[in-house]
Amino acid sequence: MSSSASTSAQEPTRRDFIYIMTGAVGAVGAGLYAWPLIDQMNPAADTKALSTIEVDMAGVEEGQQIIVKWQGKPVFIRHRTKKEIDEARAVDAASLRDPQTDDQRLVPDMNGNLQPQYLVMIGICTHLGCVPIGDGAGDYDGWFCPCHGSQYDSSGRIRKGPAPKNLPLPPYKYLSNTLIKIG
Amino acid sequence: MSGYSSYEPKSGFEKWLDSRLPIVRLGYDTFIFPTPRNLNYWWTFGGILAVMLMSQIITGVILAMHYVPHVDMAYDSIQHINRDVNFGWLLQPMHAVGASMMFLAVYIHMFRGIYYGSYKAPREVLWIVGMAIYLLMMATGFMGYVLPWGQMSFWGATVITNLFSAIPFVGDAITSWLWGGFAVGDPTLNRFFSLHFLLPFLILGLVILHVWALHVPGNNNPTGISVKDVEKDTLSFHPYYTVKDAFAIVVFLMVFAAFVFFMPDALGHPDNFIRANPLVTPAEIVPEWYYLPFYAMLRAIPDKLGGVITMFGAIALLFVLPWLDTSKVRSMRYRPLAKLFFLIFVLACIGLGWCGANSPMAMVFVTGTDAATGEPTGFSFLWLARILTLYYYAFFLLILPILGLVEKPKPRPQSIEQSVLGKGEA
Repeated sequence: MSSSASTSAQEPTRRDFIYIMTGAVGAVGAGLYAWPLIDQMNPAADTKALSTIEVDMAGVEEGQQIIVKWQGKPVFIRHRTKKEIDEARAVDAASLRDPQTDDQRLVPDMNGNLQPQYLVMIGICTHLGCVPIGDGAGDYDGWFCPCHGSQYDSSGRIRKGPAPKNLPLPPYKYLSNTLIKIG
Repeated sequence: MSGYSSYEPKSGFEKWLDSRLPIVRLGYDTFIFPTPRNLNYWWTFGGILAVMLMSQIITGVILAMHYVPHVDMAYDSIQHINRDVNFGWLLQPMHAVGASMMFLAVYIHMFRGIYYGSYKAPREVLWIVGMAIYLLMMATGFMGYVLPWGQMSFWGATVITNLFSAIPFVGDAITSWLWGGFAVGDPTLNRFFSLHFLLPFLILGLVILHVWALHVPGNNNPTGISVKDVEKDTLSFHPYYTVKDAFAIVVFLMVFAAFVFFMPDALGHPDNFIRANPLVTPAEIVPEWYYLPFYAMLRAIPDKLGGVITMFGAIALLFVLPWLDTSKVRSMRYRPLAKLFFLIFVLACIGLGWCGANSPMAMVFVTGTDAATGEPTGFSFLWLARILTLYYYAFFLLILPILGLVEKPKPRPQSIEQSVLGKGEA
């Protein structure tokens, strides 16, 4: 730039244009080179392919929870008791940290009805990723995370402790009254 | 290394080489170098760290010959090293205990730097390079602890990588990118192994910069007074401090050896002798002891992003320390108030480590029993951690900036020589 300034005071020169173009092409080239180096760390195709599982919930007794593995993550399937469902429904959703009603935590079956006894959630604490302890643990008859003390209620909603969100729901749908497909 | 050089090539070959690649001069100037004559044993930890870094690199490269970075085989390969590989029983604990020893030495080295004001002008860059080394050490230590693939390895990796999910909007994308999947798994283990191999060499590169930055202004010293007369105030690094460092290194290696031979697993966690299980979180997750103070800060804040910011902020503060301390006097030896606050700071750091090792809900001391639940009530580790975190931040953001303006320092000796020989001690 300084050399061009000494020859012609105002007008941009061909040399300025070449400088800028070279720099711009170089920057785009560096980006194109860097992206594969960065993106290779994202989940590989075979990892992503392991995306769906089917689970028959008929064998899960009332008051029992099973954990199935989906995409390397634990999924909680709990057959809730009447008491747990009633407690979850009695809560004023607006008062919660991550407001959701119990119905919003469920997915309708093939006939469009909710089956409130089956609660399906990803069993990963939304704080720092530990697996909460179930079977009515904690102060809210739900789940308790042993790592940093987050407490979830019987609908898997965050009630106490450092976690910011409710336990997430995996994408799933009913294939029959008790058979679900996760993913 | 820079500027000062007393090297004079003697033989014809040395002269020939010196005008082409002055590598002999580099080695000579690194050790024949004027050093304040009053350095105490707190100054030996730099040499100790250099020895430990070399030990870690050598044992690490050897362990990599026998270790298998795969979720199905990693745990067994550590057992294989400890039981079957010739001298594996020695090399694996040397590496694992060596990491702890390096952190012990680096913490003493850092506290020494703070007490004697070694970060102050003209040594700010020297200090910042040191902090970058410390940060890389933390990353290296963390990834190394994941490799044995026990329960603490797995869940430690899960918790630490999830710290990044606290970042708004892009947090989940970043954690998935770090994992190479939807949870910590085989891709994560593989890349951690690769990076754990790489980072020590970056540390070595930074150590070279650290020593270079040291050779420009020269060593600080316990009085904090600059060298005025090279003849009277300094001694050559070799042989005076090579011998002093060597003695300290031998003493330090004795402590190291005591752990390696008699209690190789004392600094680890029993849960890491259980294979990693992605479906079961241990009852309590604790990191290695050298991260405990920061872990306590993370848990002290009842908000995810806030906790993460508090934890990383504590390290970020160290980087800007040279500009937070307003005092012109380097050494706290002559700063009675700063000395007191520094002592409390050291205790606060140790106290935070104690909090990090205990459940936040546990009680430091019990005052009574809750009438309704029957559970003990009292002063919990959560609140102790909060108070100590507050002090940690106050030390850097309030105490050091204000103290430099209001504190009246004690009279300092005229020179380093005078402080040693006691003539006219003020």
